[in-house]
Amino acid sequence: MDFLATLFTDFGAQILSTVTAAFAIAAIGLNLHFGYTGLLNIGQAGFMLLGAYGFAITIRFGGPFWLGVLVAIVAAVIFALILGLPTLKLRGYYLAIVTIAAAEILRIVGGNQSLGPVTGGVAGIGNQVYSPAFTALSPFPQDGSFSLGPYTYPLTVGDSWYLRIVSWIVLALVAVLVLLLMRSPWGRTIRGIREDEDAVRSLGKNVYLYKMQALILGGVIGALGGMLFVLGTSVQPDSLGRSTTFLLYTIVLLGGAATVFGPVLGAVLYFMVIIGLQDVVGQFVPPEIMSQQQVPQFGYIVVGIGLMLLVIFRPQGILGNKKELSFGD
Amino acid sequence: MTDAKVSGTAVRADDDYPWDRTALRSELATVSQEPGATKPQPILAVDNVVRSFGGVTAVDVAHLEVQRGAITALIGPNGAGKTTFFNLITGFDKPSSAKPRFGGGNGPFATWRFQGRSLGATSAFRVAQTGMVRTFQLTKALSAMTVMDNMLLGAKDQPGEHILTALFRPRWKKREAEIRAKAEELLVRFKLDAKKDDYAGSLSGGQRKLLEMARALMSDPAMIMLDEPMAGVNPALTQSLLGHIQDLRDRGTTVLFVEHDMHMVRHISDWVVVMAEGKIVAEGPPDTVMQHQAVVDAYLGSHHDQDLGDDSVLDEDFEQAKAQEDAERGERTAAEPDGEKA
Ligand SMILES: Nc1ncnc2c1ncn2[C@@H]1O[C@H](COP(=O)(O)OP(=O)(O)OP(=O)(O)O)[C@@H](O)[C@H]1O
Ligand SMILES: [Mg+2]
Repeated sequence: MDFLATLFTDFGAQILSTVTAAFAIAAIGLNLHFGYTGLLNIGQAGFMLLGAYGFAITIRFGGPFWLGVLVAIVAAVIFALILGLPTLKLRGYYLAIVTIAAAEILRIVGGNQSLGPVTGGVAGIGNQVYSPAFTALSPFPQDGSFSLGPYTYPLTVGDSWYLRIVSWIVLALVAVLVLLLMRSPWGRTIRGIREDEDAVRSLGKNVYLYKMQALILGGVIGALGGMLFVLGTSVQPDSLGRSTTFLLYTIVLLGGAATVFGPVLGAVLYFMVIIGLQDVVGQFVPPEIMSQQQVPQFGYIVVGIGLMLLVIFRPQGILGNKKELSFGD
Repeated sequence: MTDAKVSGTAVRADDDYPWDRTALRSELATVSQEPGATKPQPILAVDNVVRSFGGVTAVDVAHLEVQRGAITALIGPNGAGKTTFFNLITGFDKPSSAKPRFGGGNGPFATWRFQGRSLGATSAFRVAQTGMVRTFQLTKALSAMTVMDNMLLGAKDQPGEHILTALFRPRWKKREAEIRAKAEELLVRFKLDAKKDDYAGSLSGGQRKLLEMARALMSDPAMIMLDEPMAGVNPALTQSLLGHIQDLRDRGTTVLFVEHDMHMVRHISDWVVVMAEGKIVAEGPPDTVMQHQAVVDAYLGSHHDQDLGDDSVLDEDFEQAKAQEDAERGERTAAEPDGEKA
C-alpha cells in the first residue's frame, strides 16, 4: 500500500512538473508542423535549444527578462525562415533533412569550447545565471515554501510553485491559441495543405506562405518550451538533441497527432511511464539486475514497445481521429 | 446588343447578362477553322508555349485563343499533351520556352494573357485568384477532410484565412455562413448533399470528380478548366452535369474542358480544339471539326478502336485511314531491321 501511495504521489508530482509542461508545449509546436500542416520537422529540439540559448545568453549579458524572451522568439523566427525559405517549395523530405542537420549544427556549435564565454560549451549555462531574472518577477514571496497535500515546493526559487504555475499558464495559452487557429478557416487551409498542397494551390491559396507561417509558429512554440525547460534545469546542448526530437514525436503520436490536447496527454503519459518504472524498479528489482541509472534506458525500450503496440492497435494515437490522421498514411 | 456581340466589339458585362447561345455560336461560325484562329473576344490567348521532358516535346502550342463565354473542348488522343497544357497555363508547370528570369536565352518566349493580364511567370495560386480555376485529371480530393470542408476551402475572400484574423471569430463568422450556404447549394446541385459530413476519402471515384468540380465553382471563377470531368461519372448524372456546365456558360463562365467522350463533346461544346503530339492540329465547331484530315490522322495514329462518335462521315474516313495506316505500318516493320543496324 505504501508503494502505491508513493507511486501515485510521484505521478502527481511528475504531471505538475515544469518538464512535463515544457515538453507538452514543444510537442504542441511539433504537432502544428507535423500533425496539422504535414511538415516533417525533425529538428524541433533545435528550436527548443535556440529558445533556451537566446533567453539565457541575453540575460547572461545583462539583458532584462522580457528582452530574453523576445530574443528567444526572434531567434526561432529567424531559424524557421532559414530552414523554410529554401525547402518549403520542395518536397517534404528536404525540410526533414535540413531540420535535423540544422538542429545538430546548433547543438554542436553551442557545445564548442571556443564559444565557452557565450554558450558555456558542453557544460552549458547553469540556471543560477538566468533564473534570478525570472524569479524576480514572481508575485510570491522570494522565500518560503508551500505545501499542497503531499507536495511541498519553494514558492519562488528553484523548482518552485511559481515556475510550475507559469509553465502551465503558458501551456494553456499555447493550447488555446492552437485550438482557435485550427478551428478557423486558417486551420482548414493548413489541414488542406497536409492532404494535398496542389489541390489547395489550385483553389488560390498561397501554400508557401501558410507553410511558412506554420513552421514559424510551431518553432516559436518550441522555443517557449525550451525556455521553460531550462528554467527548471540548465542549458545543456546535449540534453536537447536528436533524442529529444524523437521523444517529442513519441509524445505527439501517443496522444494523437492533429489534436490539440493529444500532445499534452502524450507528455503526461510518457513521463508517468518513466516515473512509474523508476518506482517499480527501485522497489522490486534488485540493483544487481537493474540499477536506478539504467531505468531511463529501460524506459526507452518500454516506450518503444508501447509505440509498436500503438501502431498495431491504435494508429491514430489516444485522442486522434483515425479518419483524419494515423500511422501509415 | 446581339449585333454588337456578333461584331465582336462588345465587352461582356459578366454576371447578369443573359448569354445567348445561338448568338455565341453564330459568332463563332465566323471564326476561321485554322489551328490558332483568332477569336472575337478571347478570354485567354496563349503564345509559344513549349514543354519538353528530356527529348520528348509534350506541348508545343504556337498560338491559341479561347473565346470568352464559350464552352471549348480540348480533345486529342492519350498523351497528346492536354493535361500538360493545363498544368502550364495554370502555373503548375513551367514552359521550357519560358523567358529566363535573369535574361538571356533565345525566343520566342512563352507568353499568355488571361483577361488581359499576362500570366507568364505567375504562381499557381495567383492564377487561381485571377479567376482561372482548374480541376485535375487524377482527382485531388482532400481525403481526411469532410466534403463540406473541401467545399469551404474553395471559397475566396474569407478573412479568417489570414492567421491573425483567424483568432477573432466575429471577424469571419459572417463570411463563413455565406460560403457555407453557397456550398450547400452547390452540393445539392452535384448530388453530394447527403455526403457533406462524410470524409472525402470515403467518396467513390466519380463522386470525387463531382466534389472537385463543385469545389472549383465555390470561387465563381471567370474560367473553369476541367480535366476529364465526366470520367467515371454515371450516365444519368452526366446528363444533369452537362446541363449544369451549360448553365454555367449561360451565366457567363467560360469553360475549357478536356474530354474523351465525343458524344459529350458534341453535345455541349461551342468550339473544339484538337491537340495531337503537343500541337494544336485543328479547331472548329463540334459538328464539323471531326472531319478534318488532321483530326482523323491524330486519332487513328494511336487509337484504332477509339469511338469517335456516331458521325457517319467519320466512319468512312476511319476505314480509309485504317487501311492507310496498316499499309504504313507494313512499310515501317519492313524498314525497321535496317534502321536498327544503322
Ligand atoms: N512529368 C513528366 N515527365 C515526363 N514526361 C511527361 C510528364 N508529364 C507528361 N509527360 C509526357 O508528356 C506527354 C503528354 O502527357 P499528358 O499527360 O499531357 O497527355 P494527355 O493529353 O493529358 O493524355 P490523356 O488523355 O491520357 O490524359 C506524354 O507523352 C507524357 O508521357
Ligand atoms: Mg490528361
